[in-house]
Amino acid sequence: MTRSGWIDVLPLILLAATPVAVMLAVAVRRSYVVSTAITFGGLVLAFVMLPVVTSQSDRQATPLFLVDNFALFYMGLLFAAALVLVILSYRYLKEHPGNLEEYWILLLLATLGSSVLVASVHFASFFLGLEILSISLYALIGYNRASAIGVEAAVKYLVLAAASTAFLLFGMALVYAEIGSMEFAQIASLRDALDDSQRVFFLSGLGLMGVGIGYKLAVVPFHMWAPDVYQGAPAPVTALIATISKGGVFAILLRFFTQIDFRADDSLFWIFSVIAIASMLAGNLLALLQNNVKRILAYSSIAHFGYLLVAFVAGGDLRVTAVTFYLIAYFVATAGAFGVITVLSGPERDADRIDDYRGLFWKRPWLAGIFAGMLLSLAGIPLTGGFIGKFYLVAAGAQSSLWALIIILVSGSVMSLFYYLRIIVAMYMRPVEEGEATPAPGFVPFSEGFVLLATGLLALWLGIYPAPLVHIIPKLVH
Amino acid sequence: MILTWLIAEIFAGGILAWIAGRWSRFWPRVISLVTLSVHMVILIVLWVRYFGPVGYVAKGPWVIEVSYSWIPQLGISYHLSMDGLSMLLIVLTNFLGIMAVACSWNAIQERVGFFHFNLLWIVASIMGVFLATDLFLFYFFWEMMLVPLYFLIGFWGYENRTYASIKFFIFTQAGGLLMLLAILGLYFVHGRATGVYTFDYNELLGTPMSESTARWLMLGFFAAFAVKLPVVPLHTWLPDAHTQAPTAGSVDLAGLVLKVGAYGMIRFLVPLFPEAALDFSDVAMGLAVAGILYGAVMAFAQTDIKRLVAYTSISHMGFVLLGIFAWNELALEGAVMIMLAHAITTGALFILVGDLNDRIHTRDMGRMGGLWQTAPRMGGVALFFAVASLGLPGLGNFVGEFLVVLGTYQANTTMAVVATLGLILSVVYSLWMIQVAFLGPNHVGWKLPDMNLREGAIMATMIAVVLWFGLYPQSILATARQSITNLQQIVATTRPEEKTQAPVDPLNVVLPEEWEAP
Repeated sequence: MTRSGWIDVLPLILLAATPVAVMLAVAVRRSYVVSTAITFGGLVLAFVMLPVVTSQSDRQATPLFLVDNFALFYMGLLFAAALVLVILSYRYLKEHPGNLEEYWILLLLATLGSSVLVASVHFASFFLGLEILSISLYALIGYNRASAIGVEAAVKYLVLAAASTAFLLFGMALVYAEIGSMEFAQIASLRDALDDSQRVFFLSGLGLMGVGIGYKLAVVPFHMWAPDVYQGAPAPVTALIATISKGGVFAILLRFFTQIDFRADDSLFWIFSVIAIASMLAGNLLALLQNNVKRILAYSSIAHFGYLLVAFVAGGDLRVTAVTFYLIAYFVATAGAFGVITVLSGPERDADRIDDYRGLFWKRPWLAGIFAGMLLSLAGIPLTGGFIGKFYLVAAGAQSSLWALIIILVSGSVMSLFYYLRIIVAMYMRPVEEGEATPAPGFVPFSEGFVLLATGLLALWLGIYPAPLVHIIPKLVH
Repeated sequence: MILTWLIAEIFAGGILAWIAGRWSRFWPRVISLVTLSVHMVILIVLWVRYFGPVGYVAKGPWVIEVSYSWIPQLGISYHLSMDGLSMLLIVLTNFLGIMAVACSWNAIQERVGFFHFNLLWIVASIMGVFLATDLFLFYFFWEMMLVPLYFLIGFWGYENRTYASIKFFIFTQAGGLLMLLAILGLYFVHGRATGVYTFDYNELLGTPMSESTARWLMLGFFAAFAVKLPVVPLHTWLPDAHTQAPTAGSVDLAGLVLKVGAYGMIRFLVPLFPEAALDFSDVAMGLAVAGILYGAVMAFAQTDIKRLVAYTSISHMGFVLLGIFAWNELALEGAVMIMLAHAITTGALFILVGDLNDRIHTRDMGRMGGLWQTAPRMGGVALFFAVASLGLPGLGNFVGEFLVVLGTYQANTTMAVVATLGLILSVVYSLWMIQVAFLGPNHVGWKLPDMNLREGAIMATMIAVVLWFGLYPQSILATARQSITNLQQIVATTRPEEKTQAPVDPLNVVLPEEWEAP
């Protein structure tokens, strides 16, 4: 590999080196503060390297990675989310019994796996990235071994993720058997040469890969794990699943299936459309029945990926901007919402009952305001990034005349209002009795407050003046 | 530039009021009042300058315009324009904003800062709706007013406020999203036909499209406006929201939010889809008449006095819908006149009911009676607004309803005749309300303090405005005339088969042919 080749993968290398550094530090002496500092520093360093790499032209770092603007942009998003999660986890974890330092290693590895995914253009790196991500998630979900629902969630995730990996591998094998290559570019160029009988296997392979990816994104009908895992995992880990894990997987979905032009096959187009419809309807309808805030967010996240798939199956030039913008807005809102949940959670349990939020507006107006803003952003109300994002999704759908899909999207978001408003309503009700407070301490550390405020302002900025971002996305992503 | 300032000032005032609310209950009220009053002075200066007796002659259809690029990738601009119609509605918005602040001066004691923040943001977003001439911007403001209104009802409303606020939010949001689909549909249809992708209203006028496309897009817009107006099958949010909202919220809802729907139809729905609207006009007029009668009958059936007033709104807004779809000069002028007069009279009735509720803590008319004896000034004012609402000649509502019926008569005689029944029914419920609440025996034995100076001043102002509308409507109609003519021209050029009607002398009504005796 040439010298500039090393520079291209530098962010990934830095990110891979950080957990090693944390491990070494732990071997010398266990110190929560030091390991946190190394984690944070490593992420910041990797983040800072991104602009340096951007100045280089796109190149194939190895047959496995293409470090183009798309990859770097998504890495930036993932690193930023990881940084937010580090800050949010710090206090949350401190009261946790048992060893804490391994949490950072796992968090870094999950981020690494996701970042590998966004840069991969080869089945090998695709699979590697996904496995690094999944394996760290198994441990992260069950990190609190004392919690029964945490362990249940971890086992559930383990079984389903392993099954989904099997689907993915089988699909890759079928594609490889027909094409004879594992590189995305090769697959894209050779697919047209397939005859009809080969085509059947090729498409089945893609379908099976879709199943594997669908599990990770928790789209219907592969969504069964999501509510339990969201509920059982510690709040910052839930945020990690919702943002870093799903974001990375969605990026590879976008890259791979766009590159092989799945729209050329009606069958794949229909499969994704049906998944989108099912996710939007089931996600929103089931969210209406929940009483647990984390479960509500789980189902709402299913619906959000349904919305994203609407723009994903749309053709047209708005598509990539729409998907990317929506994903950013979704990242911001999800990170902010789980941030508030984390801040309100204590060592005994997470603040995930709706009753925990009763009267929050009167007791802690800032937190409640940010939470309400994030929920409104998820609901797509103006002045928030979610509004512009949803507008773009609908525009992308309308451009391709996918009227049925966007009408379901629209009805879905009307339904979604109901459960988002339920949480907001709870927040401004008078607390039933004083003293029945959330399981959290009564103060917010400066760092967490800062992060929450930053996500709030970011959501606002995306909603009021999206032009700069909309301007750069097409350049970054092509 | 001045238009941006006009809106920004109120947004800023809202934020300031919220901040001030941390330390005091008094200052948010003062800040809101001062913001809105200064604003009112500026607006009146503008009004006199552009539409006064020594009129400024506009070169184009708009007297003031401002436009900046906002999201250029999609052809979205920050484009505000003002003509006579917008001017009237903005002045109205501002006026009712002041009344809303004044009437909640003592009633609101909790979270005063946040209350005024919401109030001012509602006012500012509604002004944005009245000024926006970019469809994206229009939709942006349209949706933006929902959240503060939702908070206003949800935080400070009466016993059933949560249900009412969520219902309101979901209804309007559903309508709004259908409009969003229609806006995007129009955007792409226009872009494909002309190669110019833009949300600009002036550009989108006269977009060529097939008949069925036009019909679907028109229905998308109609859904949103019909929810707000409200048109009868979509009205069910209104009685709940109006009844449960705090007084200031009811004033804003009845006075402003309903007008937004009517404004949208006049400014956007008919001019953008002239032929589809013409085909649809019989259905719309049918719905309008149904609304007039249904609202009136339902009003008469209420025992909750606030709910009664809410149902009268449905009835009155039916006349507005009728006037809009009759689409001739008389009917449109009438519709505009009702929009203004209804906002003032219904707003005043809500304030009055609110004052009453503060004193006797019930809205149940069964527990009222004989209040005139103990609070004669209140009774007198109530009677004034009740007869204004039923359309007594000499007061604003009469002018509007008269013009609408006259205009509709030319467009569709049957509808006009049936709608007139609504005028009779309005007499029934208005006088019944006065009879039950203020006259008759005082069987509960209420002893009430009569209106104080603040309440009296609010009512005196509103009475003066209603009298002005009724006695000198020309000043209002003159302001709106140019915009109505412009809108009619836009429609007439795209409805080529329809001859442009010469202005008809109101007093020389032409009878339909079949009336001529053989």
